[in-house]
Amino acid sequence: MKIILKNLTKRFPNRNKKAGTDVIAVNNLDFDIPDGKLVGLLGPSGCGKSTTLNLISGLEKPTEGRIFFGDDDVTELPAMNRGVGLVFQSYALYPHLTVFKNIRFPLENLKGDAKLSKEEMAERVSKAAAMVQIGDLMDRHPSELSGGQQQRVAIARALVKMPRVLLLDEPLSNLDARLRLQTREEIRRIQKETGITTIFVTHDQDEAMSICDLILLMKDGILMQSGSPQDVYDDPENLFVARFLGTPPINVFEGSISDGGLFIGKDRVMELKSCQAEGPVVVAVRPEGFIPDENGPLKCIDARTEVMGRDVSIVSKHDSLFDDCPVMRSIVSADAVKNFDTTRTAFFLKPGKVFVFDSKTGARIRFEV
Amino acid sequence: MDIKTRNILSKIPVYIILVLQALLVLFPFYWMILTSLKSYASYNTEYIPKFYASDPTFQNYVDAFTEVPLGKYLFNTLIFTVITTALMLVVITLAAFAFARLSFPGKNIAFTLFLSLMMIPAELVIITNYATITTLQLRNTFAGLILPSVTSVFYIYLLKENFESVPDDLYLASKADGTSDMKYLLKVLIPICRPTMITITILKVIECWNSFVWPRLITDDPAYFLVSNGIQEIRENGFGRENIPAMMAAVVIISLPLIVLFLIFRRKIMEGVASGGTKG
Amino acid sequence: MKRMEKYKGWLYLLPAILFLGAFMIYPLFDVFVYSFEEGYNFASGTYFGTGTYNYSYVLRDPYFISALKNTFLIVMITVPLSTGIALVISLCLSSIEKLRDLFQTFFFLPYVTNTLAVGLIFMILFKKTPYSDGLVNNLIHLFGGSTIDFIEGPYSAKLFVMCFYTIWVVLPFKILILTSALASVPRVYYNAAMVDGTPSYRIFFRITLPMISPMIFYLVITGFIGAFKAYSDEVAIFGTDLNSAGMNTIVGYIYDMLYGNSGGYPSFASATAIILFVIILTITVINLGVKDRSSINKGR
Repeated sequence: MKIILKNLTKRFPNRNKKAGTDVIAVNNLDFDIPDGKLVGLLGPSGCGKSTTLNLISGLEKPTEGRIFFGDDDVTELPAMNRGVGLVFQSYALYPHLTVFKNIRFPLENLKGDAKLSKEEMAERVSKAAAMVQIGDLMDRHPSELSGGQQQRVAIARALVKMPRVLLLDEPLSNLDARLRLQTREEIRRIQKETGITTIFVTHDQDEAMSICDLILLMKDGILMQSGSPQDVYDDPENLFVARFLGTPPINVFEGSISDGGLFIGKDRVMELKSCQAEGPVVVAVRPEGFIPDENGPLKCIDARTEVMGRDVSIVSKHDSLFDDCPVMRSIVSADAVKNFDTTRTAFFLKPGKVFVFDSKTGARIRFEV
Repeated sequence: MDIKTRNILSKIPVYIILVLQALLVLFPFYWMILTSLKSYASYNTEYIPKFYASDPTFQNYVDAFTEVPLGKYLFNTLIFTVITTALMLVVITLAAFAFARLSFPGKNIAFTLFLSLMMIPAELVIITNYATITTLQLRNTFAGLILPSVTSVFYIYLLKENFESVPDDLYLASKADGTSDMKYLLKVLIPICRPTMITITILKVIECWNSFVWPRLITDDPAYFLVSNGIQEIRENGFGRENIPAMMAAVVIISLPLIVLFLIFRRKIMEGVASGGTKG
Repeated sequence: MKRMEKYKGWLYLLPAILFLGAFMIYPLFDVFVYSFEEGYNFASGTYFGTGTYNYSYVLRDPYFISALKNTFLIVMITVPLSTGIALVISLCLSSIEKLRDLFQTFFFLPYVTNTLAVGLIFMILFKKTPYSDGLVNNLIHLFGGSTIDFIEGPYSAKLFVMCFYTIWVVLPFKILILTSALASVPRVYYNAAMVDGTPSYRIFFRITLPMISPMIFYLVITGFIGAFKAYSDEVAIFGTDLNSAGMNTIVGYIYDMLYGNSGGYPSFASATAIILFVIILTITVINLGVKDRSSINKGR
């Protein structure tokens, strides 16, 4: 099922009544979600991603704009008639019902032609349970399950009614680190098997990057950028996107452009063939964008190395680093630092890993080398 | 728009029920105040009582203090309430502290026994207490009124739970500084747990102000009556039995302190009761 | 010195132990002793035999039988009614946002008022006097009914006032408990049910009710216990001489036996108190049994 969000806006009345202005949770969101994809709604907390999910599920009504499922306008349709499956962050399993009854619950609501017999329900339930591999837990109560198992039950309950759309709200945030890795692969597998258009909300870019076909990155209710994870990573449209994606995070410097050269502080790090801008800019360099070489133009101080298996990071400092970016971290292969002299640390930069942004607006400034 | 109107319409029955209940609750209070403002003569001429006082008077309030010893009843209740509550706070604080913080041989057994006392209904022990107080010649004294109401197992339990929620580190730190247990209790624990102590105090004050059964057993001298017994006395022997406006004035005066207390500490009282208090 | 230090905890407990010992533990044993001492006399401290005579006397006393009947009627009528009404009102309260605080404050008001004093108001509202039929009777008259004296008239009328006032008195507590129970059901369960297309009656019976059922059971059990101990509310409406009003309760009977117009019989009072305790214990155990069984049915 294709989902179309058209100029979607959600305003909440301000809690502080004297302030008067509404809080805009989602601001003019315009996006088409293609059929059968796994889509990640990504952003820092308070960016409006959960509100967006609630608008799609129907738990909240948009202030403006429309939502389409395929060709159907569902904007006015209440949650109960939208046919979406929703997995809550806290799973929302009914504590007084067994796993079996929890999963069966949505089926019992079907009416008219869709009404199912007891046997049909049981069959649908065991199919959904098999899909998430919890067939042997059917008689337990949620309190007797681990977090990961509860998560699977919640997914089964969302899948059992064969929803047009599957929505997951921070599905991994209550799991421990190991389980999180495992479960996200599981979500990927289930989505591929069922082919249901799936949207999942997360604040963890790693999660989104690793399993999504498509990510939507939001900030302050505004869609910052969307696309495949790799495209967005390789080609961020603004400083926020560049900084939000990637571990370790991108290194950010105060820099400038003059005489056809890109400067970080006083270091002329790159020659630019064509570039409109002049004057102060923000320069961001991915950790993998550094080539250590004592003749390199970017001169750093206080260097040390951290060995992490195959890769090595060189941690160093530079005067022009942003205040909220205390050290510069570059990731290089182990070979590259064999004869590395920490007293004379300098780097060449890989042009494809260097992004330049307007120092006021944060918008991307493109250049050629 | 359509949905909005339907939402509002669907709430109408809800509001009707709530307003009806509010009327049922508030009407007796309205009637009490209204009647207390009518003069004896005009009240008795109204075969069908009027919903307003055509000639409001405060004479009934004057009568309540002059014709019956309402002032004395209020004063007795005040003394009874203050002393009982104060003594109880001391007793339960010490006990709760012992259970929450100190370790001593037999503590667990003692606590279990304490808890099991919560199930004993007052009616079962009141007979012997009556005999005890009578034997000790404490009938018609404040001591006789107060002594049996000084402990509450439930409040010991409530306060102990609250004391235990204060991190151990604070106690260990003060021990390391050489602070005595008593000083820790007074200077650290009580200030931290003040909200709970205030809640307990208010609930106990309400309980004392309304206590009726024990005072009725133990006092037959009107000089020691509390308000509840006073109002029974007024009903049966005061004002001449039919002076209802004057009785209502007395009822207003008796009810007012608690209603004021309630309006001030509304949230605290409701939270305290919701967290496990029961009436009486 | 060190050895004393170990026992310091007991020192802190001492006041509580003294008071509880004197006014709770000792009486607990003593009441049994009294109940088997025949013809105990307060003044002389003497009795002339031991046995179960006190119990058989009480159980044959018509005043006790009448008190027992009244108490059972009050329990059976007020506990289910008040719990049901409280549930309806709490549901209404939880479904609104505007004015909710105000309504909650109003509804809780009776909890903090002196039931003896407020009972007087109810009495004058219901009472028929030579001067006036009372407001309630005026209302009945207005709707074409015939007037009744609720305070000194027929038994059913008195029972009605009794139950009406009892419910009025116990509602605030129950509404408060149920409203906070409803508020503590996490919103997310309702959202989950809504997304799954659950109709509202099903949400109520399958989600809300099971989730607040522990609190309902708590209210039913405390309600039973409280109603079995009914006394003050009766005095508030009918005055201290409940026997002559025909509205005595078990607890009222105990106090009358102990002290009052027909008083001076602590042995009879003790026997009655123990009978009451046994009744309350039995009902509570039955209630707990019902609760266990219904949770077994839910698959727990």
